[in-house]
Amino acid sequence: MLTPFAYVRPASLQDAVAALTEGNAHIHAGGTDLLGCLRDEVFGADRLVSLAALGDLAGLRETRDGGLDIGAMTTITDIAAHPLVQRRYPGLAQAAGEVASPQLRNQGTLGGNLCQKPRCWYYRGDFPCLRKGGHKCFAVNGENEYHCIFGGANCFIVHPSDIAPALVSLDAEIETAGPSGGRRLPVSQLHMPPEQDPTRETLLKPGEVIVKVHVPPAPAGLYSSYRKVRTRRSWDFAVAGCALALVMDGDRVRDCRVVLAAAAPIPWRSPETEQVLRGQTLDDAVIRKAAKAAVANARPMTKNAYKIPLFEGMLLEELRKAAQV
Amino acid sequence: MCPRKRKPPVTPPAANPDGWAGFTRRAFIKTWSAGTLTLAVGHNAMSSETAQPDETLAADEPVQLTLDVNGRPHAVLVEPRWTLLHVLREELGLTAAKSGCERGECGACTVLIDDLPRYACLTLALEAEGRRIETAEGLMDGGQLGQVQASFMKEDGLQCGYCTPGQIMAAEGLLRQNPEPTFDEIRRGMSGNLCRCGAYASIFSAVADAATHRKG
Ligand SMILES: Cc1cc2nc3c(=O)[nH]c(=O)nc-3n(C[C@H](O)[C@H](O)[C@H](O)COP(=O)(O)OP(=O)(O)OC[C@H]3O[C@@H](n4cnc5c(N)ncnc54)[C@H](O)[C@@H]3O)c2cc1C
Repeated sequence: MLTPFAYVRPASLQDAVAALTEGNAHIHAGGTDLLGCLRDEVFGADRLVSLAALGDLAGLRETRDGGLDIGAMTTITDIAAHPLVQRRYPGLAQAAGEVASPQLRNQGTLGGNLCQKPRCWYYRGDFPCLRKGGHKCFAVNGENEYHCIFGGANCFIVHPSDIAPALVSLDAEIETAGPSGGRRLPVSQLHMPPEQDPTRETLLKPGEVIVKVHVPPAPAGLYSSYRKVRTRRSWDFAVAGCALALVMDGDRVRDCRVVLAAAAPIPWRSPETEQVLRGQTLDDAVIRKAAKAAVANARPMTKNAYKIPLFEGMLLEELRKAAQV
Repeated sequence: MCPRKRKPPVTPPAANPDGWAGFTRRAFIKTWSAGTLTLAVGHNAMSSETAQPDETLAADEPVQLTLDVNGRPHAVLVEPRWTLLHVLREELGLTAAKSGCERGECGACTVLIDDLPRYACLTLALEAEGRRIETAEGLMDGGQLGQVQASFMKEDGLQCGYCTPGQIMAAEGLLRQNPEPTFDEIRRGMSGNLCRCGAYASIFSAVADAATHRKG
């Protein structure tokens, strides 16, 4: 049984924002991450503010500029299945399709996926870790085979989302509403690097709600993909993943984004890989150099050095696939 | 945390446009319905009023809710923290959906909500209001097993059986979406349901068999 909480289902976005500013309130979107955290007492909640009545927040719409708006309450199933997403942004459709299980995709939403809490077993377990306001990261001298190889200054989680890296690779932006108005923010700047604040996952302010995600129009020649490696075929979080967005000019890479999943505490853009690829013909020498560059600056922990050849091999395969198109 | 409170069975309220009659147990019974909240005062419906739709339900205050389960409305008093799984099993006595991990990992609690498989353990009862909820009990065709159930029997798609009602609901949901799944689509569609006995091969055959016979 969950610890008691009050519940409110506001009829407007403004009311939702207002309801979030009182006490220890949490947004309830699909509830799939939130209720799990409450069950495990990772944190508590005085009240849940359900976004279920905000119908405007669900659904996908093509925008006038030829991009796509995806409401924060759109289910992951609906993103994966949407014909426009499949056609224009296959990387995003693949990432959404790789999330969790059918049941969780039917219930989990885009906003919740971007704001979900990490899956580090110390954080989720009974450990007073840094992220929960404690003094140390237990993974450093502990079981860290699924922890990060980049960006782990003080806390060594990996960001659990498959969708966020795909959105970062597509230069997507979020639009929010909050007590002091709304704003737009690139998805690449949504997640909090732990050296700035290890107790928060996003830069959202108290009471700030993601309203939608805007994916800019796909440039001509866009190739996008998402690859996820896990330890079993059934549902699981990524052990390694990568989102590619390559803007091709024939067989030359005009521009690109390479974003690694399950590599770092935030979706991890790899400027080293991008630099090798940009302006080059996607031949095997370039591909091998790019895959090497992706892991050149990795800093593995005691038990996760296997991720280095894994990421390199995964990038080799994914870039070779891209070269064959 | 809190000892489980058993509520006495709730009789469905008589139709009354001004509010619910028949509740004398509490001075106020909040009724949560189709997104709006109304306050009914004792059995004196004259003074009932419609509250603000975004009024907060207090943590310790059960609220009157109608859930559509297997095609029938069920009136229940629920606390905000109660999951759909809890209400199905403990309040409505529908025990097909099982409690396993309670964390969305095992699939034993799978039910259909508006035709889509979802985990009842991660769904608040309040969030299921106004939606079509189906459990394995609802797949029965009178006294006969439904097709998916019959196929699980025929193909021996189980060993201990604990995960089976969840497997069956996942299969039912899959086949409603995709009546002719390939083997890979079956495996993907069933990936949210774990079977500790490892009966996967016969579970997948059962789903394939059900697909063939539903077409039939
Ligand atoms: C067993 C399991 C396996 C999983 N596997 C994967 C996986 O492989 N890949 C993956 O990417 N994810 C995975 N997930 C995570 C899953 O995708 C998320 O739980 C889901 O996307 C969260 O969406 P939700 O709508 O249920 O969010 P909720 O649980 O309702 O919310 C999650 C968090 O986000 C906040 N939030 C929700 N909506 C908004 C909003 N609009 N604005 C601001 N904050 C908001 C909430 O306050 C809460 O803190 C898994 C989860 C489980 C339980």
